[in-house]
Amino acid sequence: MGSLKKNGGAILSRIATSNQHGENSEYFDGWKAYDKDPFHHSRNPHGIIQMGLAENQLCVELIKDWIKENPKVSICTPEGVHQFSDIAIFQDYHGLKEFRQAIAHFMGKARGGRVTFDPERIVMSGGATGANETIMFCLADPGDVFLVPSPYYAAFDRDLRWRTGVEIIPVHCSSSNSFKLTVEAVEWAYQKAQESNKKVKGLILTNPSNPLGTILDKDTLKNLVRFVTRKNIHLVVDEIYAGTVFAGDNFVSVAEVVNNVDSSEIDVDLIHIVYSLSKDMGLPGFRVGIVYSYNDSVVSCARKMSSFGLVSSQTQLMLASMLSDDQFVENFLMESSRRLGIRHGVLTSGLKKAGITCLTSNAGLFVWMDLRHLLIDRNSFESEIELWHIIIDKVKLNVSPGSSFHCTEPGWFRVCFANMGDDTLDVALRRIQDFVSKKNKLAEKSSDNDEIIQNNSVKKQKWRQSNLRLSFRRLYEDGLSSPGIMSPHSPLLRA
Amino acid sequence: MKQLSTKVTSNGHGQDSSYFLGWEEYEKNPYDEIQNPNGMIQMGLAENQLCFDLIESWLAKNPDAASLKRNGQSIFRELALFQDYHGMPEFKKAMADFMEEIRGNRVTFDPKKIVLAAGSTSANETLMFCLAEPGDAFLLPTPYYPGFDRDLKWRTGAEIVPIHCSSSNGFQITESALQQAYQQAQKLDLKVKGVLVTNPSNPLGTALTRRELNLLVEFITSKNIHLISDEIYSGTMYGFEQFISVMDVLKDKKLENTEVSKRVHVVYSLSKDLGLPGFRVGAIYSNDEMIVSAATKMSSFGLVSSQTQYLLSALLSDKKFTSQYLEENQKRLKSRQKRLVSGLESAGITCLRSNAGLFCWVDMRHLLDTNTFEAELDLWKKIVYNVKLNISPGSSCHCTEPGWFRVCFANLSEDTLDLALKRLKTFVESTDCGRMISRSSHERLKSLRKKTVSNWVFRVSWSDRVPDER
Repeated sequence: MGSLKKNGGAILSRIATSNQHGENSEYFDGWKAYDKDPFHHSRNPHGIIQMGLAENQLCVELIKDWIKENPKVSICTPEGVHQFSDIAIFQDYHGLKEFRQAIAHFMGKARGGRVTFDPERIVMSGGATGANETIMFCLADPGDVFLVPSPYYAAFDRDLRWRTGVEIIPVHCSSSNSFKLTVEAVEWAYQKAQESNKKVKGLILTNPSNPLGTILDKDTLKNLVRFVTRKNIHLVVDEIYAGTVFAGDNFVSVAEVVNNVDSSEIDVDLIHIVYSLSKDMGLPGFRVGIVYSYNDSVVSCARKMSSFGLVSSQTQLMLASMLSDDQFVENFLMESSRRLGIRHGVLTSGLKKAGITCLTSNAGLFVWMDLRHLLIDRNSFESEIELWHIIIDKVKLNVSPGSSFHCTEPGWFRVCFANMGDDTLDVALRRIQDFVSKKNKLAEKSSDNDEIIQNNSVKKQKWRQSNLRLSFRRLYEDGLSSPGIMSPHSPLLRA
Repeated sequence: MKQLSTKVTSNGHGQDSSYFLGWEEYEKNPYDEIQNPNGMIQMGLAENQLCFDLIESWLAKNPDAASLKRNGQSIFRELALFQDYHGMPEFKKAMADFMEEIRGNRVTFDPKKIVLAAGSTSANETLMFCLAEPGDAFLLPTPYYPGFDRDLKWRTGAEIVPIHCSSSNGFQITESALQQAYQQAQKLDLKVKGVLVTNPSNPLGTALTRRELNLLVEFITSKNIHLISDEIYSGTMYGFEQFISVMDVLKDKKLENTEVSKRVHVVYSLSKDLGLPGFRVGAIYSNDEMIVSAATKMSSFGLVSSQTQYLLSALLSDKKFTSQYLEENQKRLKSRQKRLVSGLESAGITCLRSNAGLFCWVDMRHLLDTNTFEAELDLWKKIVYNVKLNISPGSSCHCTEPGWFRVCFANLSEDTLDLALKRLKTFVESTDCGRMISRSSHERLKSLRKKTVSNWVFRVSWSDRVPDER
């Protein structure tokens, strides 16, 4: 942790003065670059295109139309204002009953109706950010450990550790088996932690995965559930992307496993789900996070803690109606999947034309792009960062380097595709294709990579000057920026 | 308990207190004029329900804000995606302006120093995370808001050491009480990081005097610690005095932009002044950049919903509305408080003279069998279960003297308030003490004005308050 900073003698806490929030990383160079020079079709066609933001903007119009057709769900319209005072004073941390029911119902629908959720176990939180922190407060004491498969969502470093004092130990997954999580890898990480006298409280994973966009297969999930039961540790599954599956095998929620595995093999008190409407519905601004636990004590405690991050009652009311509208929900989920699938296809085939492959994925708002062949040194993260800076400065795209997700292999990048218009995606693809073909031509022309080396060493110098240091404490996308900078907005918003 | 954290298994959430138990009893049997006329009346909830009509009529006149539009264009998409933890600039500006207006525009608030939070619950916890290590202590004057036990201590590991205030001087903070609390913390081997006060006070319903505020600023200066002033009730000041904020004192003592001013932080919320607790709007105001920076990042754990920020920035930017609202709010609160106080008087019950807040601090010591907290709890149970009024016993607020109760008056209709007072009067008259009182309540009130030495100490509240210098 950072050193205590004396502020005229009165000392702030370690939490306030440390870097554990992870925001001082030079990862934000990409964001800063984007903010200085954001792409716009007409006003700034050569600006940087934002592909580092995992937002789902493809179906906002569907929601807008529904709101227009349902004026009574707003406490501000003539049709709905009669509810104003009741909603304005409502701060019961159980949440509006209709809201909990609607969320439970929606969660079931997002999982193809294969499982039902109990509204009594739905607990609100300040987005999934708040939900993940809360579940840590409930399951672990300072110094306890949670295992997390890597690569993982960068902000877990903040959400799981910062104020809770919990430690994260990664379970490294590798490209040799397509980054699949195996029970053996978890067992190994568990044992190693035990050997170092660390108290492992549980395993937390995101499924579908951020940044991989892949889903866990049913057998692995079942075996993980059996594993945690045997070891008497917790399993937290962040299913924030559950509704973004656009192709292939059906997504298996841990809730389904709870229902289907023999009760002698599973201790449900150890199983917890985190959810949110930020990705599936594309409403991160409304701060709807959910903790869902099969453990009554955890539900009770998390509910008390939800006082620190309740969902605005105005938002609860609106969503209670919207998510109970079966016709709307079914159409929305279907349409969203369809559009995500198309986008994914456009991106992956466009990348293929440039000789770039991605990890095969069928969910999420991004692809896990393989640029290892473009690295000067395939074993060096410095190379990855250099390549990343080239992508930002020359190709003018903000993508996220794998190291920021604690990936152990250099050369992988997360590229988002759902936060922009079709045209913008086309421009991005063209730029990539141009860049790659130029690179190839250069490689053919010049003897070896003289020029590239030169370019890169200039880059190297430049970035070394600015203290290039690969920090493994990091960052996160989703609207966060270093102080003083507004969150990046999609070029669409400026239209 | 299966491998859960100590936070789950401990009582740190503070919910086993009588404060919350009363609410639970109310939930089981809530009063309703028609459907449950013998049900329990809720007077333990510090809500402001007096001015919704003003907000509703504003909404009717402002369709753009109401329907998430700006200049007629829908900004739904922008709001749906807006999750910047710096908050909406328009909203923070509107909050800053509103806070200035409440303080008669005598002090200025810089929107850049505002950090939004999910209610003052979250704001207070966040400040603790920024200022205290687990095991550090904050000094709080008693009696204090029961929720502080959870908000300040539960997940942060911080400790609270009470600054004992007594009825002998109207529960004002004294220098000796401050020093005693500080020494007590040291005896307990706790490092004192600061003082936290609620001004106006919950549960007392009184604003801190300038003398007390000066004392506090001098104290934190000499001890080199922080001062948090939770000014959540600043807009509910209905007495003839003006509300004095700690910011006023810093300005008057010419301490703005000094090192001391960096250790003074204000917490605010729209839950009491505007009566909008459901929308979860809290704020931290600090002159210390590091705190603003750290707290801003922490606000990720509880951002204000963008649709709420948008609606309220429009509402609070309408200066005509805000000045009208503040004036009307204060008028209605004053009239309600008067109604409660006179109703109590006719039952022979006095209160601490209050000039702010949504409640009165009621003196029922004369109704106790003995001067003990057991007797207070017995009385409370009678009032809850027999009289069917949920009021909050002083012990739940950590008051050091038994017999005081917090009674809220702004969360129910006039009729319901009258009914509650009627029930209370009947109850009091039915007790031995009550019969004595009702025979000559007027005489008794006269005698209360004399200082008597007896176990049952009757003091008239208004002569105890040191008159404000203004």
